[in-house]
Amino acid sequence: MKYLITILFAIFFATQLSAQDATEILNKVDDNMNSETSITKSDMIIYGRRNNRTVTSLGYAQGNNQSFSEYLAPAREKGTKMLKLEDNLWIYSPSTDRTIQLSGHMLKQSLMGSDLSYEDMMENRKLTEMYDSEVVGEETIDGRNTWVLQLTAKVDDASYESRKIWVDTERYVPLREELFAKSGQLLKKTELKEVKKIDGRWYPTKMNYKDMLKDGKGTDFVVIEIEFDAEIPEYIFSKAALKK
Amino acid sequence: MIKFIFKAILRDKNRSVLPVTVVAIGVFLTIALTGYLSGMLGDMIDQTARFQTGHVKVMSRAYAENVDQMPNDLALMGNSELHKELNSDFPNYTWVNRINFGGIIDAPDKNEQSKGQGAAMGMAVELFSETSGEKERLNLKNSLVEGGLPQKSGEVLIGYEFAEKLGAKVGDELTFMGSTMYGSMAFSSFEISGTVRFGVMAMDKGTVIIDFSDAQQILNMEDAVGEILGFRMDEVFIQDEVIEMRENFNAKYANDPDEFAPTMKTLGEQNSMGTYLDLVDSVSAMFVIVFVLVMSIVLWNTGLIGGLRRYQEFGIRLALGEEKGHIYRTMIFEAVIIGIIGSVIGTALGIVVTLLMQKYGIDISGMMKDATMMMPSTLRSKFSPQLLYIGFIPGLFAMVIGNMLSGIGIYKRETASLFKELEV
Repeated sequence: MKYLITILFAIFFATQLSAQDATEILNKVDDNMNSETSITKSDMIIYGRRNNRTVTSLGYAQGNNQSFSEYLAPAREKGTKMLKLEDNLWIYSPSTDRTIQLSGHMLKQSLMGSDLSYEDMMENRKLTEMYDSEVVGEETIDGRNTWVLQLTAKVDDASYESRKIWVDTERYVPLREELFAKSGQLLKKTELKEVKKIDGRWYPTKMNYKDMLKDGKGTDFVVIEIEFDAEIPEYIFSKAALKK
Repeated sequence: MIKFIFKAILRDKNRSVLPVTVVAIGVFLTIALTGYLSGMLGDMIDQTARFQTGHVKVMSRAYAENVDQMPNDLALMGNSELHKELNSDFPNYTWVNRINFGGIIDAPDKNEQSKGQGAAMGMAVELFSETSGEKERLNLKNSLVEGGLPQKSGEVLIGYEFAEKLGAKVGDELTFMGSTMYGSMAFSSFEISGTVRFGVMAMDKGTVIIDFSDAQQILNMEDAVGEILGFRMDEVFIQDEVIEMRENFNAKYANDPDEFAPTMKTLGEQNSMGTYLDLVDSVSAMFVIVFVLVMSIVLWNTGLIGGLRRYQEFGIRLALGEEKGHIYRTMIFEAVIIGIIGSVIGTALGIVVTLLMQKYGIDISGMMKDATMMMPSTLRSKFSPQLLYIGFIPGLFAMVIGNMLSGIGIYKRETASLFKELEV
């Protein structure tokens, strides 16, 4: 009987420890990947069957639910701006001089023909706020040891019901991510590479997003410049900034 | 003798009313149901050909593989050259350009804010061309609910239910947001020239129609086209002819390894239409076979009952010295006349009902509120010359065969026992 109680306690504590570890790991990942504010200049390389395109943009983010992007190149996209406030997204098109608000299922549409949806681009909440986590294994990716974390949504409005992420055990940066639907179907796969130390934190500067329901090589997202906790004027996160 | 038999039929109602009624009902049902089924299936095929598949369709091979996704990034390039080739190789066909595209339509209010928004199923057709025949083919003029057809660049036709959903009316501005052929964002403003009712729920709820040249410009598809549809000049679909065309056309590109090389598909090879075509072909034959079988059994039975009822009459006629063959022949003549009368009545009724159903149809829109399938919301019958004989001939034959079978009993009767049977 004594043995049984000891074993049960051991299992209970081991489970608690694992959950605690997973949350701790995820907290450290959030510390690396999120910041109070950020300004990012990036290239999005979209691989098509006929041609590849590179879209350059400048993005501003503040907190969990405010972001603003301005597209700089190519010529056809130049001047297009997007503003996200809470769950709403506004897109400004200079060619029609109109601002269109997207919400609901419209946000699941592809962003500029890429493997990312508007929803994917808008998502900058911390993982710990959206998911419960559990360490389910350890693997090696490109010579780096990783923990494999199974994430299950604890909020109703998470874009994906569950995720599996491979977190670098030393640098607390995800190196791979798989995103699943409620049915368990794999929807998207992300590979995160070229991890660099920027402003005292580890950050992947090249990511490949692959929509598993589409053919092709996916979409690369390359960070050209990134500045964390930079000062951003408040007007940037207003609808007036779209037409400026 | 015909006059004599005719008089007998008219005077002895018991001899004629039941068989005539049975034949008439059977013939009527055959004609009405064949007309209805042909109409329903034919409507679906015709509608699909006009809106989606053409009699043949030319696309790039890569596009054809993913045609349901409207993959304009895989569209055909060198459109004008291809048209020259098609016009010279198949001069009996009209070749028209189409681009199907998806996107978001946004209706702004006075303050430029969105007052309505929805996912649009865009269709670009050659509206401004006088030779394409697209306006007539898509029956656009008759489908107008309000306003008119686009007359100039920047005008759009929109499904009337879609317009209601957006809170937009004729003359209002709409903004389209989608993707160009190369994946860039495509934005464009349009003015609603008219609202249309296609009678197809899926289209009424989300279709916008613009001119082909507008779509080329917005979607960055210069000299490119999503689909080239071929329609026979007389708009009649001939399966054997299009199969031969497809073989000839595809053979020309058989050695070209390019995934963007053109490929031709027939109506039967698209949208699972092959099954439908087979169904339409077999449905009439199926009805006639079932009808002849069932009616023969029914009329055989009717003949037997008649035979039993007239047992005494045949006995007397035999006793008076009439030949068995003569009695049998008069009975068959009688059956022919009854069959003709029943078939004429049944055919006339069937044709009247078919014509009424062709004109008015059955409105099933109430049952199709959430339907996304390309299906007409009014089911109509279709009159075709074959309906004039499709019920008539089997109606006549069934009556005659039924009587021939039941009349065999006449030959089994013995003259010697007749007086005993007749209790004389």
